[in-house]
Amino acid sequence: MQEFVWLIPLLPLLSAIFLMVFSLKLPPTIVAFLGTGSVGLSALLTCNLTWKFLQNPDLITTTLWTWIKVGELNANVGFHIDGLTIVMMMIITCVGFLIHLFSCEFMEDDTSYSRYFAYLNMFVSAMLVLVMSDNLLLLYLGWEGVGVCSYLLVGFWYQHSGNGYAARKAFIVTRIGDTAMMLGLLILFTELRTLDMQSLAASAQARWQTGDFMPTLACLLLLAGAAGKSAQFPLQTWLPDAMAGPTPVSALIHAATMVTAGVYLIARMHGLFTLSPQAMTVIAFIGVGTALMAAFSAAVQTDIKRILAYSTISQIGYMFLALGVGAWTAAVFHLMTHAFFKALLFLGSGAIIHCLHHEHDIFKMGGLWKRMPIAFASFLIGSSALAALPFTSGFYSKDLILLSAYQLEEFGPILWAGGLLGALVTALYSFRLVFVVFFGQIQTLPDKENGWRIGLPLFILCILSLIGGYFSLPLNNLFPMERNGHPAAWVEMVSIATPLLGVIVAYVLFIKSPSHIPRSLISPHENKLSRILYSGWKLDEIYDRLFVSPYTRSTSILLNEPVDKLYNAVVLINQKLNAWLSYSQSGRMRWYMVSIAVGFIVLLGIAITIPKGFS
Amino acid sequence: MQELAVPLNHVLFVSTLLFTIGMLGLMIRRNIIFILMSLEVMLNASALAFIAAGAHWGQADGQVIFLLILSIAAAEVAVGLGLVLQIQKRFKTLDMDDANRMRG
Repeated sequence: MQEFVWLIPLLPLLSAIFLMVFSLKLPPTIVAFLGTGSVGLSALLTCNLTWKFLQNPDLITTTLWTWIKVGELNANVGFHIDGLTIVMMMIITCVGFLIHLFSCEFMEDDTSYSRYFAYLNMFVSAMLVLVMSDNLLLLYLGWEGVGVCSYLLVGFWYQHSGNGYAARKAFIVTRIGDTAMMLGLLILFTELRTLDMQSLAASAQARWQTGDFMPTLACLLLLAGAAGKSAQFPLQTWLPDAMAGPTPVSALIHAATMVTAGVYLIARMHGLFTLSPQAMTVIAFIGVGTALMAAFSAAVQTDIKRILAYSTISQIGYMFLALGVGAWTAAVFHLMTHAFFKALLFLGSGAIIHCLHHEHDIFKMGGLWKRMPIAFASFLIGSSALAALPFTSGFYSKDLILLSAYQLEEFGPILWAGGLLGALVTALYSFRLVFVVFFGQIQTLPDKENGWRIGLPLFILCILSLIGGYFSLPLNNLFPMERNGHPAAWVEMVSIATPLLGVIVAYVLFIKSPSHIPRSLISPHENKLSRILYSGWKLDEIYDRLFVSPYTRSTSILLNEPVDKLYNAVVLINQKLNAWLSYSQSGRMRWYMVSIAVGFIVLLGIAITIPKGFS
Repeated sequence: MQELAVPLNHVLFVSTLLFTIGMLGLMIRRNIIFILMSLEVMLNASALAFIAAGAHWGQADGQVIFLLILSIAAAEVAVGLGLVLQIQKRFKTLDMDDANRMRG
């Protein structure tokens, strides 16, 4: 089995290349079969690999060939598979397969069917390379690969210029983080002379003391890369706009897999990050801050996909919080459960959007629970898991994060309280979504039924979202010792009760007495605070003022090439002079003669009038 | 030093006069034959100045330069007349103002 590991990322890549080359000549059924089948086959191989791994948990390392060898830099194309990789691969291939299946029906009417599947397959392939690679350079290749695919898929409907703008924004904002990450990699290489993940942690621990400056710098640069990819403060602005892409893309890339790459990176480099408690504190505070900011923003959004986008940002914030407090397993656990329930929510919203003439505004939906029972069930389960209601998958992972945060010595209770407030708001907005969309008056009638290819992925994801909390991850001995103590009983009780309180508040507001809903929760333009929240804390506007408009202003000045003006003036003067002098070249002999005579007389006159001293 | 029969200034005045006449001829005349003749006049004016100056200072250089100018004038006439023939052949005229193809 070990020898066939490389087939897992290769199959989607081959399919992607095939679909790109023959895109115009293939009937949709074959496109769907190829696109979904290749990922399905990868999923089967991954399941087989996981089965072997669970029985005999050995590390699997294969080196295919040497990619780059310059001086001391020796980057292999090689795969290193341990428990963390197995978890990520299972999420990518299995959730990816379900989303491909969903896309078969969702994108049926689109004219660029094969282009869509080509990009989606390429994404799966790049993401697999990212998680499977055994050195940071190959990881970076996958990292950029998923960035490109994200760009292509966000701007998939490029005919609308707004989508192109969103795609560029997603690409450029993540690029800022990627550049910082590249710098981090360069620092690591110049200091440690290796980019291999296994030897990197060991040589870092041998070379640096805990709390040194260099590891902190490297960690912060890597963190910037992770924050860009995972849409954390201050680089989170691209994710809500990235919802311009097709909904299954949002489910796969902007909820389940790509945006969690930053979490994966930090978890993978935990040996380095433990050397820098400062960086860990920064991660924890970024996490809890982003979780809170995004949760409040989600509470006032009206676009169903933007609610889910902000909720994704918020949930990844929880993962960062877990990483920051050293609860590595909890972070990866939440990554997995989040992949299940957020993919479920996105696909559920896709099912609704698909049937409601591409309506995105939740206040134009309503009363759908009878009409679309499958979507209702998925939203109910997904939102419960998102809100961390007891016995759903999200409950176990989020509870683990909050309790781990509470036990941190220094800032524990603050982080815990922040996370708890976030959990309250999360429960509020997720059930606001459910109550507004599925209860109350019917606003828009669905115009078509969803088929089995939409229903089946939703059903499977529903089950996964429910039982995902009982999976035990094969992460033993991978991460350093984590805190295992139990905090006081009241802490646990409060952690459990808070989401329930949020649900009750949402119920009272949106079902019981809909006439008393605060206006700001319905129409976010009502007052100043909700306007700020609606715009994502005005970050877009601030960045616009700080970076975008100075840039566009300077480019508009440079558009007319002001420096060239100088050289153009020289040219212009020469041309005028030439025209003038060539006019004097009249071709008339006598005129020349007169000129010579006059010139001679003038020169003579000058020579005479010059005072003696000068000559 | 033997004094000249005519003062140097007078000779130089005649030379300048001749030169100016030649120059005016160049400026005013349109016929190419006359232009050539005016050139000859100007050359001879300068030659006269050399002779007079040479005689005045008792140096042979003036006469040497006169011989040089004489040969230059002969060569110039040979080339000039050749050009005149060509111009007559091409433009069917000897008017210099019509032969103004080389203008800017």
